[in-house]
Amino acid sequence: MLDPVIASRLQFAVTTIVHIIFPVMSMGLAPFLIYFTWKEIRTGKPIYEQLRRFWTRIFAISFVVGTVTGIVLEFEFGTNFGVFSTAAGELFGGPLAFEGMMAFMLEATFLGVFVFGRERVSDALFFVSSVAVGVGTWLSAVWILIANSWMQTPRGYELVTENGDQVVRLVDPMAAYFNPRFFWMYVHMQNSALESVALFMAGVGAYYVFRHHVWGYQVENVGFWETTLKIALVALIITAPLQVIHGDFYARHVFETQPQKFAAMEAVWETESYVPEYIVAFPTSVQDLLDPRAKEIFGIGIPGGASWLASGGDPQATIRGLEEFEGPQPPVAIVFWAFRMMVGLGFWFIVLAFWGGYRWWRGELFQDDLLHKALMASSLLGIVAVHLGWITTEVGRQPWIIQDVMKTSEGVSTGLTGAEATATLVGFVVVYTGLLVLYAYVVVRIIRAGPPAGSDLAVIDGEQPQAPPAEVSVDDDD
Amino acid sequence: MTTTSLASLASEPLFGLPLPEIWFGLLFFILAMFLFLDGFDFGAGALFAIRDDEHEREQLLAAVGPFWDGNEVWLVVFGGAMFAAFPAVYAEVFTRYYLLMFAILGALIVRGLAPEMYEQREDERWQRWWGRAFVFGSVVAPFLLGLFVGNWMLGTSSIVTLPGVVVGLVVVALTIVDGVAFVRLKTRGSLRTELRPHGQWAVVAYLALVVITLGYVYAAYPTLREKLLSPLVLGLVVTSVVLGGIYVVATRQDRFYTAFVAGGGLVFALVAVVARLMYPTIEPGTNLTVGDAIVSTLPLNIMTIGTSILLPLIFLYFAVLYSAFSGPIEAGEGY
Repeated sequence: MLDPVIASRLQFAVTTIVHIIFPVMSMGLAPFLIYFTWKEIRTGKPIYEQLRRFWTRIFAISFVVGTVTGIVLEFEFGTNFGVFSTAAGELFGGPLAFEGMMAFMLEATFLGVFVFGRERVSDALFFVSSVAVGVGTWLSAVWILIANSWMQTPRGYELVTENGDQVVRLVDPMAAYFNPRFFWMYVHMQNSALESVALFMAGVGAYYVFRHHVWGYQVENVGFWETTLKIALVALIITAPLQVIHGDFYARHVFETQPQKFAAMEAVWETESYVPEYIVAFPTSVQDLLDPRAKEIFGIGIPGGASWLASGGDPQATIRGLEEFEGPQPPVAIVFWAFRMMVGLGFWFIVLAFWGGYRWWRGELFQDDLLHKALMASSLLGIVAVHLGWITTEVGRQPWIIQDVMKTSEGVSTGLTGAEATATLVGFVVVYTGLLVLYAYVVVRIIRAGPPAGSDLAVIDGEQPQAPPAEVSVDDDD
Repeated sequence: MTTTSLASLASEPLFGLPLPEIWFGLLFFILAMFLFLDGFDFGAGALFAIRDDEHEREQLLAAVGPFWDGNEVWLVVFGGAMFAAFPAVYAEVFTRYYLLMFAILGALIVRGLAPEMYEQREDERWQRWWGRAFVFGSVVAPFLLGLFVGNWMLGTSSIVTLPGVVVGLVVVALTIVDGVAFVRLKTRGSLRTELRPHGQWAVVAYLALVVITLGYVYAAYPTLREKLLSPLVLGLVVTSVVLGGIYVVATRQDRFYTAFVAGGGLVFALVAVVARLMYPTIEPGTNLTVGDAIVSTLPLNIMTIGTSILLPLIFLYFAVLYSAFSGPIEAGEGY
């Protein structure tokens, strides 16, 4: 039987890691869907209808799974982190309520119109629906990240004692909601969603392009997949460099506002200046993996690199080491390696983007089989990078649930027993494994089925009746 | 200017309104919206159990298809509103009924996933099992939600309690009442004609269960007797009986819309009874009153301003959605 604190933390980790996949898919796909819908209505070209319908299927299943796994996260604050919820409800509950009313409602209602209503509503309303869905998903992230970033860099509050409990009281909503971390977190998250979806689209497109052009199988609708690959590459060329650029600003912000987390990201134990940045680090022993110390690890270090990164240009800058912080440390190994792998993937995506762009410019995009293989292999790595980034963020801020205000261990519900928490943790591991398998199964089926065929497309010439008479539709029992 | 208005937002309730009471009412309004809207989704899912015909099953799925997501968001908003306005209650109740909350989530996951899976493949075994999962989620989720509401209302200390189970059955019956009305409104042919008696039986069962529940509460909870006999609660019970009668007559006369509205009215009457039995406490288990549990003035004022702007917009979204898919579904529509 696990300790309720450990079990609650593990459960939250499992449920968020699974959940984030689906919002990444929907936030990343939304702008593409708006674009496809716009082009479909403006140009009337079948390719845009195919693109819209194909990617809407993936959006819809992601949204359904995202909804049911999202409610879990909301409930977990009450069930597992009751002390935190009571203490921080004023700052944390408000954004969650606004998320539901302002964002999720918009998204979920217009998604009904967008998925089922092409033949029922006007072009204008249909386009408005696609925009409403997209705005809904992106607004949803605003409120969720306001809530999360406030835990990282809490502002606009005061601590008061109420009925013997410490309570965080909201005093300045603007300072609290638009706390210093919010902006970087939002930019970095949204761009990562776009980049992840671009990588996914590129991988899927590359698979069919590879089958057709390299392997020589006759792929139906190969033009559809070629267009998909090109659109994905454009998105990747835009988003991949941006992700690293604002990632740099973000890291600097962490250094300024959460120095303990930054020290864990760099595995710096002693306070020093002129700290090198190990861009390539090899664990040469189990010790390196489990307890990395930057000074001892085998790797290629840029002299003064970490100092330069932290300070925004000064290789002599001092980094406060972990030893300076009292109390428990974050699990350094997880943070150090997750951060490194995320950064490594970020640079790999830039390589992919420019490699693909170069081949395209040379007119060899459909012939370079090595590029196709690289894209296929990388199709899920964007989501992996998002996971690594969130692991860095959330593990790195430990032991705090609210930075410097409340420890995670103090936030867990008091009445919760180890047996209850372990039971639900095991339940989630089982259920979410099944959920992921089913989601993957459905997505693979959608991809294998391909885009809707030409004959199946909307009635451009208006000959086909919208629906047969109702009597035909029902009384066909035989 | 900004500082003075912010200062007044922090010190006194907006327009001097009784905000704790308003939020108490709003919370139960949101709960009622969820039980009404997702209720007919659940009901349609339960009806799946007794309709084997492939074409009818497609119709059942197509009828709720465009609406389900939007309807379910009311539960998210319910959680958010409770967290934002009464965080101590949110933490206390959700922790106390820990395993129940996760059972609800599990049932909702099954309910949400099953129709998507059902449509994936044509083969009989696959559809049989996902059909069963759909029925399971659609019946168990409202039952557990009713169990939760019953336990919360009476402040029970354990999860499986007699009154909680009865309230669970009340909610299941109600979802079937609403589900039948909705399906008859949205389909044609055999579903429409053959579901008529189911609706009538369900509404009778519902009213009987309500009377049993209230009788049990009267007998077992002497402190609630005064509230039970208050004109408001008695009036709501009478209203429910009248609405049930309207439902039966409208169902018999094929006045689909009237039956649907009457079914919706039953949900609001039931939730109003629950709210009345609780007030002025909002967490009977620890005797926490609405006034004690409410958050401080500044966040409450912000929430009130935000909600008064957003709620009308939400009704607009739902109006767009439901008018886009008004009338019975046509052949070939759906997933």
